[in-house]
Amino acid sequence: MKARIRITLKNGVLDPQGKAIQNALGSLGFAGVEEVRQGKYIEVDLSETDEARARAEVERMCRELLANLVIENYSYELTA
Amino acid sequence: MRAAVIVFPGSNCDRDVKVALEAVTGKPAMMVWHGETSLPPVDVIVLPGGFSYGDYLRCGAMAAHSRIMADVVSRAKGGTPVLGICNGFQVLCETGLLPGVLQRNASLRFVCRDTWLRIEQTETPFTSAYRMGEIVNIPVAHGDGNYFCDEDTLDRLEGSGRVVFRYVDPETGEPTLEGNPNGAINNIAGICDGKRRIVGLMPHPERHFEKLLGSDDGRRVFESALRSVAA
Repeated sequence: MKARIRITLKNGVLDPQGKAIQNALGSLGFAGVEEVRQGKYIEVDLSETDEARARAEVERMCRELLANLVIENYSYELTA
Repeated sequence: MRAAVIVFPGSNCDRDVKVALEAVTGKPAMMVWHGETSLPPVDVIVLPGGFSYGDYLRCGAMAAHSRIMADVVSRAKGGTPVLGICNGFQVLCETGLLPGVLQRNASLRFVCRDTWLRIEQTETPFTSAYRMGEIVNIPVAHGDGNYFCDEDTLDRLEGSGRVVFRYVDPETGEPTLEGNPNGAINNIAGICDGKRRIVGLMPHPERHFEKLLGSDDGRRVFESALRSVAA
């Protein structure tokens, strides 16, 4: 199975990189950009074919390494 | 005092720390490679600065899961004093031995300059040779030193004397925006765990270890460690 994992900053956590991107978009003439938040996208190919087991595994990957739960949330989707 | 310095791929302050430890203790400091499974008997463990694993994923995230860290965590939990400097502080946060996280500097720039720190807690194995409230000059060099934690954690740290070093203005000794090199919450430069045995800080005391380097304000971090072991 393939896991597509998104790591995003929690609400209220400052995102200076997102802010810099927002400013750059503004200076390129994109008006009306109200906020930019930057995150990470990670693809993981798993040999596991059972969805429930794959889900449990990806949960643990996110909690133990891929996301820092102090400042980040994660979400993912699994496809065969 | 037997001291161990943990060396990760990408550590670059490990030898400076070794020199500082050896000058203070008069004994060789052990360099322990991250791939080892256990530490020899030691009185103090130092996680040095650098860019372990190239800062991949998040600073310190990979090092926190390297093989030697299981034993570092268990020694730390057993009461062995642990000092994390710069990248070492990031690693300690990633292992969960210290709360919070070091985020990208608010300026988005790498900052390499002198900072002035107020000693906020002297009852740790790494600050006992300082005076409470003393202002010391210790340099920083990092891109991700912006300390952050949630409000409850911050209240707990501030309320129980766990902020050990705070960035201040050298003239007034007060925490100011200009004195803060990275945007850290409450100007926090370093903290300790609840038992005050584990200390992490972003500035590099080993870089101001002797007058030849511009200042010896950092020397007492290592002298404190020696004193804590002798005591």
